Amino acid sequence: MKHLAAFGRFWWNFVVGDDWRVAALVAVAIGATAALEAGGVTAWWLLPLAVPLILWLSLRRAIRSA
Amino acid sequence: MSTGNAFLVLSTFLACGVEMVEALTIVLASGVARGWRSSLAGLGAATVVLAILVVALGPALTHIPLQALRLVVGALLLVFGLQWLRKAILRASGYKALHDEDAIFARELAEAQSAEHVERAGIDWYGFTLSFKGVLLEGLEVVFIVLTFGSAQGSIPLAAAGAAAALVLVAGVGIAVRAPLARVPENTLKFAVGVMLTTFGIFWSAEGAGAEWPGGDAAILGVLGFVVLMSLAFVRLLRRERLEAVPA
Repeated sequence: MKHLAAFGRFWWNFVVGDDWRVAALVAVAIGATAALEAGGVTAWWLLPLAVPLILWLSLRRAIRSA
Repeated sequence: MSTGNAFLVLSTFLACGVEMVEALTIVLASGVARGWRSSLAGLGAATVVLAILVVALGPALTHIPLQALRLVVGALLLVFGLQWLRKAILRASGYKALHDEDAIFARELAEAQSAEHVERAGIDWYGFTLSFKGVLLEGLEVVFIVLTFGSAQGSIPLAAAGAAAALVLVAGVGIAVRAPLARVPENTLKFAVGVMLTTFGIFWSAEGAGAEWPGGDAAILGVLGFVVLMSLAFVRLLRRERLEAVPA
């Protein structure tokens, strides 16, 4: 069980890193793109709009906590 | 070679090169402090584990439908790329210390020299483990990038070729100089890798979500330009902010 938890923690740190909110917001942005496309709305522009916002929020958090 | 494939080779080459430079520093520190036999045994064992991962996971990924694969891979790359980019921007703007291979080598060397000597089967256990862990952890990032980039672009061999070229270059230079590759512009390379991971992440996750880019594959160039400009603007903004915060 301990090894399984350590394995899970390793992959979490490896992919998600120290700011889980980035992963959550990326998932929301991709979900919104899929929802718009499913509704017939062209949505390729959504991620290029969302990514700067997500990155800027993460940078601000990193600076505040430094 | 198409735009997508050219970026594929370049991205895996750069990402693998950066990780290889870091792995080389650890292998060198282990070799100098604990003996080359243990260090090279650790390097070899980690390489075998990584090769098994590629052989096991590579063909499995090619059976997943391309759109689903691009959605998952794109999302993973975007999250992964934003991590790299955040660190690179913080370094470039002065909020985080620059990566220094000489300093890392000195620290690893001091730790390795002070560790207890335990020998098993003629191999120094600390030296083996240090080298094995270092190569495995840095190598996992390479495997992750090669498999995700390669499968989403539909050419794992091309991605592996980019990684192999970096491996040959870094290992060749490492054997020739037998010192940490401190002259490699590692911080700039990390910035470039962060930009490329984020670019592919945006491109593929949007495609996976059902979007169609204007201009098809050529839109990668537009996304790349956008991510570069965004990153440079953030570096500039944060650098100015940091300098203004320092009292005159």
